[in-house]
Amino acid sequence: MFPRDAAQYCWQAISRYRFRSAMVLLAISLGVASVVVFTALGEGARRYVFDEFSYLGADVLAVFPGRNETTGGLPPVTGTAARDITLDEAYILQRRLSAVEDVAPVVIGSADVSFGERAREVLILGSSAAFVDIRQLEFAEGKNIRSGDIRKAGDDCLIGETLRREILGSNPAVGASLRVADYRCRVVGVLAGRGDAMGMDLSDAVLIPVAAAQRLFNTPGLFRLIVKLAPGRDAETSRQQILALMKTLHQGEEDVTVVSPDAMLSSLDGILRTMNLGVAAIASISLLVAGVLIMNITLINVTQRTEEIGLLKALGASTRQVTKLFLLESTLSCSLGALLGLVFGAVLVFAARLLMPGIAFVPPVWAPVLAVLVAVVSGAAFAWVPVRRASALAPVVALQKH
Amino acid sequence: MIELKDISKTFYLGDQAVHALDKVNLSIAQGEYLSVMGPSGSGKSTLLNMLGLLDLPDAGSFTLDGTETTTLAEPERALLRSEMIGFVFQAYHLIPRLTARENIELPMMLVGIPARERRALAEQAMARLGIAERGHHLPRQLSGGQRQRVALARAIVRRPRLLLADEPTGNLDSRSGAEVVELIEELNDEGITLLVVTHDAALGRRAARRITMVDGRVVADETGANNVSP
Repeated sequence: MFPRDAAQYCWQAISRYRFRSAMVLLAISLGVASVVVFTALGEGARRYVFDEFSYLGADVLAVFPGRNETTGGLPPVTGTAARDITLDEAYILQRRLSAVEDVAPVVIGSADVSFGERAREVLILGSSAAFVDIRQLEFAEGKNIRSGDIRKAGDDCLIGETLRREILGSNPAVGASLRVADYRCRVVGVLAGRGDAMGMDLSDAVLIPVAAAQRLFNTPGLFRLIVKLAPGRDAETSRQQILALMKTLHQGEEDVTVVSPDAMLSSLDGILRTMNLGVAAIASISLLVAGVLIMNITLINVTQRTEEIGLLKALGASTRQVTKLFLLESTLSCSLGALLGLVFGAVLVFAARLLMPGIAFVPPVWAPVLAVLVAVVSGAAFAWVPVRRASALAPVVALQKH
Repeated sequence: MIELKDISKTFYLGDQAVHALDKVNLSIAQGEYLSVMGPSGSGKSTLLNMLGLLDLPDAGSFTLDGTETTTLAEPERALLRSEMIGFVFQAYHLIPRLTARENIELPMMLVGIPARERRALAEQAMARLGIAERGHHLPRQLSGGQRQRVALARAIVRRPRLLLADEPTGNLDSRSGAEVVELIEELNDEGITLLVVTHDAALGRRAARRITMVDGRVVADETGANNVSP
């Protein structure tokens, strides 16, 4: 038998039973698509967590109020402190330690922002000019707020692109005067893109000087303090220096936590490992489900065609030839289904990305490869069993199986 | 051409042994026309399977054209089947998704005859059996008589020397049945060895040699003077 004829015979079996083939392809593609989609969701979540926690550069330390005696755990990101870190302390840190190049104190809250008639409740981020540098944010237009004494509440502010569109419309952004609750500020720059930080969407936010934010929210403490180290400074030594200085400032009480990127990453490690396991578990379960689905479809499909197997043998085909034909057909339909599933999965992943632009939903490279492999292998393996059984029957017995 | 010696085949239904063939001896010459009759379960179908190399006997010897077939490996038996034997079944057994011509081409495709040659041979066979216009029809678009002609075309397209027919008229009305029988007998006139298994006494009587089976044994083997009903 020519390979071309064999392929044509199999193709006819697929293309001329449209409804049955459509169902088979649907089942297989669903199996493959589910692997792609679920691993993409898992991987997206994993990356999200990773990105959220690893935003700090190598030369950046974060100071949180509160002291966590247990080491290796998560730093108190939410800041449940007995004693606040004040803006004055941040200023002292910046002035006194040569290792500290700059500081970005952070205060967050939300407030109504209005421009003329329009008002919108958005995220208010109080910080300094250093924040933009440390987070490496870029400008769509304009420039950064003035740097200088962080204790002074300047009247300039930055806004995100979404906010700019929503509240300013076609009005020029730079120079626009906004009212943030009862505080007035002048827009000096528009931040480009989303500038995700700590789970906050900066495109729909206002960045005002930290002192202004403190006044606005009536809070003496900082949510956290981000410290940028001078070039060439060792992170651990600097960490100890900051801890020591903060202890002095807090009357000998060691009640702050200073987190270096290393510590951050090592505490992250546990979470990431769990997330990785989660993705792997999701993938194996969906691969298993896909495999079982394809196994059943193939078993039913081949068993239904016992008569055809008997006929082919009566017409002079050997057992080997019949087995090859049906394996080819099963492989062909499983490959087609798998291909369809990949497309299907890609569309769903794309849709998920549109729905939740903050999370990078991408399946790990091995997921689609493994999914297709499982589809084709289980299709072939589970076609083989009933084909062997049917072709071992005397053809006339097989022919009687209507 | 065919030599069966002490061929036995036993099936087990539960723990009860059924002797489908019980030491059957039969010798058939090239070009003979045989009918095999007998009640259900008498072993007719099993005999047909044996002759068609579709089933292996438990004991005995079967030589086809001087070749001992019982010791051949499965692929060799398949090859012999493909080259020497054609089948016609009561239920036609056409593949429903394939057109008439594709069904007829199937045995040629399996042995690797190029498409162009296949097509010419299939068309010849169809013309001969009066279904030349039906090549592009699917089996479900054909009448019973036409379907059996397609099946017959498929059976003879490889020019087998032995044609085995299992109740070839069983599903047909008497007129199409008669037409199919005439076509089969024409082939016999041209030298093909013809063996028809049937319940239909009228059909059975047409054969020059009539075998009757009961309980897996040949109980009658008559030759000559047959009273053909018109």
